Amino acid sequence: MSWQRKILRVDLTKGEITQEPLNMEWANEYIGERGLATKYLWENMDPTVDAMSPGNVLIFATGPLTGTMASTSGRYAVVTKGPLTGAIACSNSGGKFGAELKFAGYDMLILEGKSPAPVYLHINNGEVEIRPADQIWGSTVWNTEEWLKSHHQDPQMKVASIGIAGENGVRYACVVNDLHRAAGRSGVGAVMGSKNLKAIAVRGTVGVKIDKDPKAFMDVVKDTHQMLADNAGRKGLTKYGTNAMLTSMQKFGGLPTHNFQEVQFEGADKIDARAMMKPNDSGHVNLITNKACFGCTIACGRIAHIDKDHFTIVNRKEYWHASGGLEYETAFALGSVCGIDDIDAATFAGYLMNEHGMDPISFGVTLACAMELYEKGAITKEDTGGVELKFGNPEALTIMAEKTGTYEGFGQDIGLGSKRLAEKYGHPELAMVVKGQEFAGYDSRALQGMGLGYVTSNRGACHLKHDVFAEDMEDTGHTGKAKPCKDSQDNIAAIDSTGLCIFTTAAWGLGDFARQINAACEGDWSEDRVRECGERTWNLERQFNLKAGLTKADDTLPKRLLEDPVPTGTAKGNVHALDKMLPEYYELRGWGDDGVPTPDTLKRLGLS
Amino acid sequence: MHKALVIDPDKCTSCLQCEMACSFEHEGVFNPAKSRIKIFEFEHGKRSIPYTCTQCAEAWCMHACPVEAITVNLSTGAKEVNPDVCVGCKVCTIACPFGTVNYESDSGKVAKCDLCGGDPQCAEVCPTDAITYVEADWTGYDKMRDSAVRAHS
Amino acid sequence: MSNYLILGAGPAGVIAAETLRKVDPSGSVTLIGDEPEAPYSRMALPYMLAENVGESGTHLRHGERHFDKLGIDIRQGRVNALDVGARSVALSDGSSVGYDKLLIATGSHTIRPPIPGMDLAGVENCWTLEDARKIAARAKPGSRVTLMGAGFIGCIVLEALAARNVDLTVIERDDRMLPRMMDNTGGQMIRRWCESKGVRVLVNTAVQGVSKSGEQLVLELAGGESLEADLVVCATGVKPNVDFLENTGIRVEDGIIVDNRLCTSVPNVFAAGDVAQGPDRTTGRQEVHAIQPTASEHGRIAARNMAGVDTPYGGSLSMNVLNTLGLVSSSFGAWDGVSGGSSTNAVDTLGYKYLRLEFEDDYLVGALALGLTQHVGVIRGLMQTRVPLGKWKARLIRDPHQLMSAYLECTQGVIA
Repeated sequence: MSWQRKILRVDLTKGEITQEPLNMEWANEYIGERGLATKYLWENMDPTVDAMSPGNVLIFATGPLTGTMASTSGRYAVVTKGPLTGAIACSNSGGKFGAELKFAGYDMLILEGKSPAPVYLHINNGEVEIRPADQIWGSTVWNTEEWLKSHHQDPQMKVASIGIAGENGVRYACVVNDLHRAAGRSGVGAVMGSKNLKAIAVRGTVGVKIDKDPKAFMDVVKDTHQMLADNAGRKGLTKYGTNAMLTSMQKFGGLPTHNFQEVQFEGADKIDARAMMKPNDSGHVNLITNKACFGCTIACGRIAHIDKDHFTIVNRKEYWHASGGLEYETAFALGSVCGIDDIDAATFAGYLMNEHGMDPISFGVTLACAMELYEKGAITKEDTGGVELKFGNPEALTIMAEKTGTYEGFGQDIGLGSKRLAEKYGHPELAMVVKGQEFAGYDSRALQGMGLGYVTSNRGACHLKHDVFAEDMEDTGHTGKAKPCKDSQDNIAAIDSTGLCIFTTAAWGLGDFARQINAACEGDWSEDRVRECGERTWNLERQFNLKAGLTKADDTLPKRLLEDPVPTGTAKGNVHALDKMLPEYYELRGWGDDGVPTPDTLKRLGLS
Repeated sequence: MHKALVIDPDKCTSCLQCEMACSFEHEGVFNPAKSRIKIFEFEHGKRSIPYTCTQCAEAWCMHACPVEAITVNLSTGAKEVNPDVCVGCKVCTIACPFGTVNYESDSGKVAKCDLCGGDPQCAEVCPTDAITYVEADWTGYDKMRDSAVRAHS
Repeated sequence: MSNYLILGAGPAGVIAAETLRKVDPSGSVTLIGDEPEAPYSRMALPYMLAENVGESGTHLRHGERHFDKLGIDIRQGRVNALDVGARSVALSDGSSVGYDKLLIATGSHTIRPPIPGMDLAGVENCWTLEDARKIAARAKPGSRVTLMGAGFIGCIVLEALAARNVDLTVIERDDRMLPRMMDNTGGQMIRRWCESKGVRVLVNTAVQGVSKSGEQLVLELAGGESLEADLVVCATGVKPNVDFLENTGIRVEDGIIVDNRLCTSVPNVFAAGDVAQGPDRTTGRQEVHAIQPTASEHGRIAARNMAGVDTPYGGSLSMNVLNTLGLVSSSFGAWDGVSGGSSTNAVDTLGYKYLRLEFEDDYLVGALALGLTQHVGVIRGLMQTRVPLGKWKARLIRDPHQLMSAYLECTQGVIA
């Protein structure tokens, strides 16, 4: 058993901290992390409450393999009701925070209520305290982490915190840990801010034990490490990072550009993985090195720096240091979708996302929406405080990134997210969202399976909850894609529940995750059992959303993707075939025409 | 010539597999806090440096021990702590100018790298060869040791 | 063939004997100790008192017939006088032993305050193995024990007594615990820590006398209060064992003055360990550093020079490490600062953490640490390598806990 079998529950309203045993019966049905946190959320809150109200519950959850030698074992999930969507939010992150929480002796952290004043949580193994945060409230994520480590005299402490964006309810504020890793999507940081919780600082020296069969576990670990080591896809991730995808999407014609008006970006080669490695005119190379999250033998993370002569930092020495660099999603969101081809501006905006605690995808797509509104005349220079909010303007990108991060001026509007912003300025059709959450860097019309995944993702548009990529690359049509979409959603729900990273799927099948869990956890964990846990999780997330008031009507795409044909690329002329895919998907899921799981389905999964 | 741990920080990604392997080997638990090799990160992860005992010839820890709890393993050259003899006085922790002997309050003893008896697990699991266990006449190692000796004599 | 004589069977003497054997395999090596025990470590006595180890666990060497096998002639005897002209030492049993090269490693002895009653049964030092046996016999769970002196040795004994579950009171004449190892912040922190663990701590308190009332010892305190005890442990200081050097011409101040070869002012006579006042690595002055690492370095360097292998000594560093009921503290060098230097500190009163760093120009010259157990040796590393801290000085002033990073970058040169 690699569990600590212990949960920390904090009632922020009352300032009470309690420990309780992990419900092993639930762990056996949901594995851990995403699945188990979903079950706890379901059992602990009323899904109809406002996401920003004290009645929302915020859960930080590790998986059974978090903090073990299994590769990529640093993952933790933040699960809550999301303020962008009103649906369940589930964001996971790497870095070193999740493993540290486990090392401190806790599998999960449940935060309830709202503190009367700003606080942070300090966990030092068994010593847990709620401390006043007046000295860090209003600070950036980076300054907060520095202050906490210095104040507690513990350079080894791990910190997850929110920035000014999260304090002020920017709808897509995230929780940042270890300076530049984040539970990025769905506004989990805004929920943390609504609870007056600035940070969680953890130091754990208890460690994680495998008491089932350590030798068997180490054998499986050795084998699965080797599979990754030998895998070509993994090697690509290590060398180029996820931004290798930008080149593929550009070529294929699925790279969202100018707020999804186009699918190819003429400046793509200025912001892609190779551009990061190429010296600019003055010899500066953006990329410094790659870096791993806890336990990860892939190391896809990029560490970059900005040319000191670049307009963004030429007079700002405090940014003359290395930090997290562009990944595919940041390159698309702070690049192509806003028409930006300035790699240093995009890198700087990425710094600001981490420093102020915001999801770059939602920020970038919201900015792109604002740019389109500006170009249409719906937003004026008066609104923007004089900023020329045009596609391709790198200054507009970095100014708005900073203003949103610090919640000033027009940044407050950008902080609403695309849906609310587009509604406010009279063009709801320009919000590139599902259920209120912005798309990632793939155009649904070109990647039909991806489109179905966006629509059905329980947290709103998301590229990480399914994997129909191979099918989409093979064929720009829609047929035969509902099944792999559904199946991969179940698999990924299971993988997200283990404590490991889905990037390992470059080399591992679900069976490889199953044998690692089987070696670490009590009982027999077959691939089928693990898959069923994933399906159960998916359906429970859906139940949460239905109870929260979402309906079939929310399972849809913006008009642009359903009606406007793709202008260029492999899928030229395509629109998304949602009307054909969704009924098939519902049926495969065992849901009725109304998108509600049938009693039989619920019964089969033990959810009645 | 004994083999030695040779460290190339340029290759380190800070995955901490070494720390987990070390603590698992010595304590039977995944616990970086108990690892005898530690990764130190600089500037948001720009550099990551694996750091552990070089089994230095001066053996400050061994000479400072009042009860002969630290001895040389003749087959590996490692200075090893015998936990049955260590009284936990911590003198070695301040005597070692490299800071590579640490006191562990749980056990009440000190712990340091013992090269795992000749099969160092940190090197075994390192996915990038940032940590290797090789013949110690490797020039880079000599350079490192020279600078350490110069610095501390 | 050289005839080496070593006075004192503590760490300095034993290491010197072993080193001599190594560098001069043919020389004769005689080691004279005045206690009827196998060579042992005073450092380890508290751990024996705490019952972490048995008596043999305090021994400096564990190998069977260790000294025999090395051909080291180890004897019991007390030195009465030294005749540097005749190169001979007179022992209390009337015999004398000659030498070609002599090492004085006679250590120190305890001193007690000049107040009445210090000779009563039940008033004990904690210095020798025999002292420890006496304390062990009296310090039973629940018995009332008063510890006089909260210096370094007192605090080590405190730890051991607490482990024996006695009802403990500590009396310190100075205004804080560890007045010579800790500043006010650290001393008060340790005091609060001890009090939180149920130890009564009286500072600014002098004992005026000890008397006996039936089986009870009664301590009269300066304020008029009196205190009953079953056992009084006296840890009020030590003095070097140098009485036998009178009229030898060997220069003695706080200890025996030695040069950077550990040679005294008289040729062929060397001194090492607690009795020696040798070069300090950071100040350049000669100082007594009565600590284990200095004893061990002195022993090794002195022996090499005695055997004719010229080995200069870079000097010792004043440093200590202590565990007070689980709170680990350490001190290094000029922890109280140097004139014209600069200083930084981090204090976490609730968390019992404290780190103070002292700089002179671009160098670290002293430090105090509470609650720091990881990589603490790098403080020594930074001090004795005297590497310029460069940009790290400002960073350390901002956050002293960047020590390890500063060390890695400054000494290992691994970062561009």
